[in-house]
Amino acid sequence: MFFTYLRRELAGRRRQTAIVAIGMALAIALVMIVNAVSTGVKDAQASVLESVYGVGTDLTVSQDPTPPEEGEEGGGRFEFGADDGTTSGDSTEISQSRLTAGFGSTTFDASALDTVTDLDGVAAASAALSLTNMTFSGEMPQRMQEAPTDGTAPTDGDTAQEPPTGGFDGAGGSAFDVNSFSVLGIDPGAEAVGPLSAVELADGRGLEASDAGQAVAVLDASYATSAELAVGDTIDVGGTELEVVGTVTSTSADAATASNVYIPLDLAQQIAGLDGQVSDIYVQATSSDQIATVQADIEEALPDATVSTQADLAASVSGSLATASSLISNLGLWLSVAVLVAAFLIAILFTIQGVTRRTREFGTLKAIGWSNRRVVGQVAGESLVQGLIGGAAGLVVGLAGIWVVNLIAPTLGGSAGTTTAGGGPTMAGPGATDGATAAGPFGGVSDAAGATTEVVLNAPVTISVVAIAIGLAVLGGLLAGAIGGWRASRLRPAEALRSVA
Amino acid sequence: MYTLENVSKTYTQSKRKVTALADVTLTIPSGQLVAIQGPTGGGKSTLLQMLGALDRPTSGRISLGESELSHLPDRKLGGIRAKEIGFVFQGFNLIPTLTAQENVETALAPLGISAEERRRRAVDALASVGLADRAGHVPGELSGGQQQRVAIARALVKEPDVLLADEPTGNLDEETRDEIMDLLEGLWRDRGLTLVIVTHDTAVAKRAERRLHIKHGTVTER
Ligand SMILES: Nc1ncnc2c1ncn2[C@@H]1O[C@H](COP(=O)(O)OP(=O)(O)O)[C@@H](O)[C@H]1O
Ligand SMILES: [Mg+2]
Repeated sequence: MFFTYLRRELAGRRRQTAIVAIGMALAIALVMIVNAVSTGVKDAQASVLESVYGVGTDLTVSQDPTPPEEGEEGGGRFEFGADDGTTSGDSTEISQSRLTAGFGSTTFDASALDTVTDLDGVAAASAALSLTNMTFSGEMPQRMQEAPTDGTAPTDGDTAQEPPTGGFDGAGGSAFDVNSFSVLGIDPGAEAVGPLSAVELADGRGLEASDAGQAVAVLDASYATSAELAVGDTIDVGGTELEVVGTVTSTSADAATASNVYIPLDLAQQIAGLDGQVSDIYVQATSSDQIATVQADIEEALPDATVSTQADLAASVSGSLATASSLISNLGLWLSVAVLVAAFLIAILFTIQGVTRRTREFGTLKAIGWSNRRVVGQVAGESLVQGLIGGAAGLVVGLAGIWVVNLIAPTLGGSAGTTTAGGGPTMAGPGATDGATAAGPFGGVSDAAGATTEVVLNAPVTISVVAIAIGLAVLGGLLAGAIGGWRASRLRPAEALRSVA
Repeated sequence: MYTLENVSKTYTQSKRKVTALADVTLTIPSGQLVAIQGPTGGGKSTLLQMLGALDRPTSGRISLGESELSHLPDRKLGGIRAKEIGFVFQGFNLIPTLTAQENVETALAPLGISAEERRRRAVDALASVGLADRAGHVPGELSGGQQQRVAIARALVKEPDVLLADEPTGNLDEETRDEIMDLLEGLWRDRGLTLVIVTHDTAVAKRAERRLHIKHGTVTER
């Protein structure tokens, strides 16, 4: 009887069934899509973080940049002596490479690594020195001996003055290239934790413990391609020629690795003139429940240091990935909650309305001996099945939506600075003014430090997404059914005798 | 057999008290055909509610056989309605989405009868009201007289001791009215039912063994 009645009611009141089911379906589909996309964005964030910090890094230690002391050198300067460069004809070609600490990163004494390693709960730790190599090269005209002496501008048609010659346009102009790439000095022996744990070898070999102090470098494969470098070539880092021994790619598809160039830590310190200095320490805790304790211990042992957890690091991911993340966690969440509430309200209102309309029907059933439980069960059963129909439709629509998202496969860019201290995308170097100006010209240089990682968004269909759909359908159905059933339970059997109005 | 002793029923509607039944004392022996007449608002339906265990009196005692209807809990009253009492309503009160067959079966649902026996008994009940060929139709596809026959089949399929009908012919034309009355009278005669019919119609009332008149909640014999 229960199923016959149920089937007849749902089929006989198709419009109500359809409206309730469609409302539920849309809400459930939206929740599913938001959930899947949010998982996708989290995965993307994780892969950006992995490419920068390596797999298994629980904590990173860095230090806040401090403004330079009075009289201390600010940004670093290219200085060319009068006889620098090679002169050919009317032009002088000059070129210089400098290796300096990366933008926004501050170095600190390498002894911090030992301090961290000795702490309880630390499984592994390795240090790195984040640097930026800048090459300034250009062409200048030969010094102008025949500069005008009278200080007046030449008038039109005045050909008495010799026009300047030389330079890149042969008319006295100058041209300069500024080229920069990021360099990460790493402990060549440490593989367990650190940036190189999230890469795989594309060509040649990786850095090995025996490479310490050797003039060797490993390149990010995509950087190597754009710089037209291959294994066996040499690369000028801060004026030192290093042999390229291997190239690596990120283990997460489409993502760039943390740095363009990887060199042994001691070599990096030596070239950059930063002996005994590091900029980051990567820490792996013995277990995930140790992370908070280890974080506190490090902060106590190194008061000047900034200790970041994976969660802090996720917050530091910037770019369109960050936009997507906040969009999904704010707008997406609220939108799906709002639509879900609306759908539940629709289901509840329709159920109440249905019970009111069927007052005489339920009164009659009670009058002929149906127990309250049987009537309530019937009402609740109808709502539950309506919810489940909506859930099934929502599951289909939601899976289709997720499929469309994956078909479009939007690419999200995210960057995570190797120091998380400042958060956000600022490239401010030491010295506020210098930093601000530095962000201008160098911001446009594509190979600048803290490269943006491109990640294709993949919204995964997980068991939990399917469980959410079914759970919400059941919840919505039960909620409407409980309220409708409560109304039906309060109907008196004498309602059956109410005269037909 | 019904026994009513000083049965009163008052409704309170927006602080105003309405006395629907005033101190009714009455016995209805088993197997009697009783017609109840009276003006609208006189208390006919209220009396039928008391007899049908749909509601309890405000004061007084009412019993059906061994059962004290005035003091039983709702669940027990429901059980008595399911087993012993059949209802026929003025507005037929069939469930619009169910077929005639299924409507009749709803009366057997609370009795814990197997689906197969339910089906068989519903088929028999529909045949006994002359609607064997309409079993698969929904109420919307049946005439008023046919719908009331389905309702009578639903009331009788559980083989109750008592059949209560509240203006069963009120919504029907004269010809159909006589058909339905013939049917009810025939069933009463064949099955030995106690049949209580509320009616406005003197022609219907004249067929009864006993006629009661109820006005302002007070019952008088005619
Ligand atoms: N549920 C109720 N609430 C309030 N008053 C009611 C209710 N049912 C009946 N009444 C009142 O009780 C009186 C008797 O009603 P009823 O038994 O339906 O009369 P009849 O069936 O003879 O027309 C009327 O005055 C009616 O308004
Ligand atoms: Mg009435």
